[in-house]
Amino acid sequence: MSAPGISLEVRGLRKSWGPINVLKGVDFDIHAGGFLTLLGPSGCGKSTALKLISGLESVTAGQILLNGQDVTSKAASDRNIGMVFQNYALFPHMSVAENITYGLKVRKVAKSTQQASLKRVAELMALSPLLDRKPAQLSGGQQQRVALARVLVSERPIVLMDEPLSNLDAKLRVEIRSEIRALNKQLGITVLYVTHDQSEALSMSDTVVLMNKGQVAQIGAPKDLYDRPANTFAASFIGTPPMNLLAAKDVVLPDWVASRVTGEQADLLIGVRPEKMHILGDNDDFSATCTIASVEYEGSVFLVHLRTHSGAAFILAHHGPDAPIPGDEIVVGWKNEEAHLFSSGTGLRISSNSK
Amino acid sequence: MNKRLPFGLAMVLLFIPCLLLGAFTHYPAFRALQNSFWNNSSSRRPSKFVGVENYQTLLQDDRLAQIMLNSTLYALGTIPLAIGLAIGMALLVNARLPGTSLMRLSFFMPTMLPMIAVANIWLFFYAPGIGLASQILGVFGLPPINFLGSTETSLISMMFVAVWKEAGLFMIFYLAALQAVPENLKDAARLEGASATRIFFNIVLPLLRPTTIFVAVNALINAFRLVDHVIVMTRGGPNNSSALLLYYIYEVTFSQRDFAYGATLTVLMVCLLGVLAAVQYWVLNRKAHYQ
Repeated sequence: MSAPGISLEVRGLRKSWGPINVLKGVDFDIHAGGFLTLLGPSGCGKSTALKLISGLESVTAGQILLNGQDVTSKAASDRNIGMVFQNYALFPHMSVAENITYGLKVRKVAKSTQQASLKRVAELMALSPLLDRKPAQLSGGQQQRVALARVLVSERPIVLMDEPLSNLDAKLRVEIRSEIRALNKQLGITVLYVTHDQSEALSMSDTVVLMNKGQVAQIGAPKDLYDRPANTFAASFIGTPPMNLLAAKDVVLPDWVASRVTGEQADLLIGVRPEKMHILGDNDDFSATCTIASVEYEGSVFLVHLRTHSGAAFILAHHGPDAPIPGDEIVVGWKNEEAHLFSSGTGLRISSNSK
Repeated sequence: MNKRLPFGLAMVLLFIPCLLLGAFTHYPAFRALQNSFWNNSSSRRPSKFVGVENYQTLLQDDRLAQIMLNSTLYALGTIPLAIGLAIGMALLVNARLPGTSLMRLSFFMPTMLPMIAVANIWLFFYAPGIGLASQILGVFGLPPINFLGSTETSLISMMFVAVWKEAGLFMIFYLAALQAVPENLKDAARLEGASATRIFFNIVLPLLRPTTIFVAVNALINAFRLVDHVIVMTRGGPNNSSALLLYYIYEVTFSQRDFAYGATLTVLMVCLLGVLAAVQYWVLNRKAHYQ
């Protein structure tokens, strides 16, 4: 059943509904057998991008290439794309077996072939004992596996997934996540995945496309997005809690940064991850004096909400055995290699000369 | 809100609806059942218990046989046609086309009119020679037909009016059901390569089944209860060709003043409707729900 995956390229994809531009020119590509995730807050256009690629919506401008072939004007059914929907989209009046083989039936595949494919996929997805049930008689996780089976049975070289795990509880989510990843690796199917959940995106993908307001904010491997956010949006979206962004005037800067700051209104934001700074650093390059506003206990860490003298709020992840006391004034610090510099005007990363 | 009513007030509030229900539903039903086992009284002799005699009359009543046949034909002829039309209109109105709200209103208009008014309008349409129907026939060079006045056409003409009136109401039910069909089910089928027709028959129509069962059973019950446009348009004639069950009960009871036989026919109708209602609940519970 291992249909080797095919590559996908998206060139300058645009979509407008009337005067509203939902997608404003999006480019990315996935190599055959790759796993790419479109990540972004709701309303960023990621689901729209998926609909355009599947062919369920028509493109305003731009190109979609599958395996190097332009499919932009092809009908959805001619693109040979599989799709897993957010609410699974199982046909409620059909049994699990009928749901899985529906596509084969529509395409008039021989009955014996249908049964053989059904058996194989049912075994792969551990659905064999459930084939006669209706979707309503299944748990959320089982419904999700039926939706995956329905896509797998057609042996599509590329599968689109629209927030497939968002209706599952936390434990199942982690289980299905690794199942999906295993399917991608074992069967070599190309996967284009859409989610607003960064931990899904970072843990599953080869490449993450971070989207914001219909545009790509950053493309890169999960580690790139975390280690080197390209702009303040990426910095403040990735990470739980996300990166702190502090104005230059709230921070005691090392000389190499201070030399860049001229005048009152410095075009500079200092980014630092909450887990990469600590209380009372002696030999730190950056430091900031602040008061503790409140403390949240998270099990492995204390999330310490801090406030600078100018009133800016930020968060420190504190690993110490003792809880910091709200109201105390403390100094927090971090090293050069943990500091990220951004232009406060454009929001873009400033490539720092120290790294 | 959670304060309990005093016992006396609770009893009074319970008593009023029970009284109304008893006086106007249960007592008459009981009396009808009772009367069906007695004969009619006159000034000289009081009514007496006759056992199942009235029911024996009922079994031998040729006119009733004709009327039951009419009612059955009426139901079989109007319901599938009205449902088919309703689905078609609902699909049309549900599509995002210009002018759909105007269309929706015009489809629903017949339903909003009272049956008596509808019947009177159609009396004019059917008027032999001068009516719209005859004029349309005239355009094609056909001779005028006395639609309501001949035994061959009276029932069909009345069925036509019923379809015209009921399809709009059913359309509203189907429109609501169509809008509840999740868009992503259709998307999923489209990606599998199903055509629009195929999606309708494989996905949409099965999901409309609860609505269809509901509409069909209610229409069936209505078909046996219908009386107003029979009275206005044909009075059951000519020669009983357009009489339906409730009209017959009305005629027997209030024109012929045969209360005993009227009661017997009423028992027949109540039993029939009871069976239909039971079937409706049974089918709805077993077949209609997927979720």
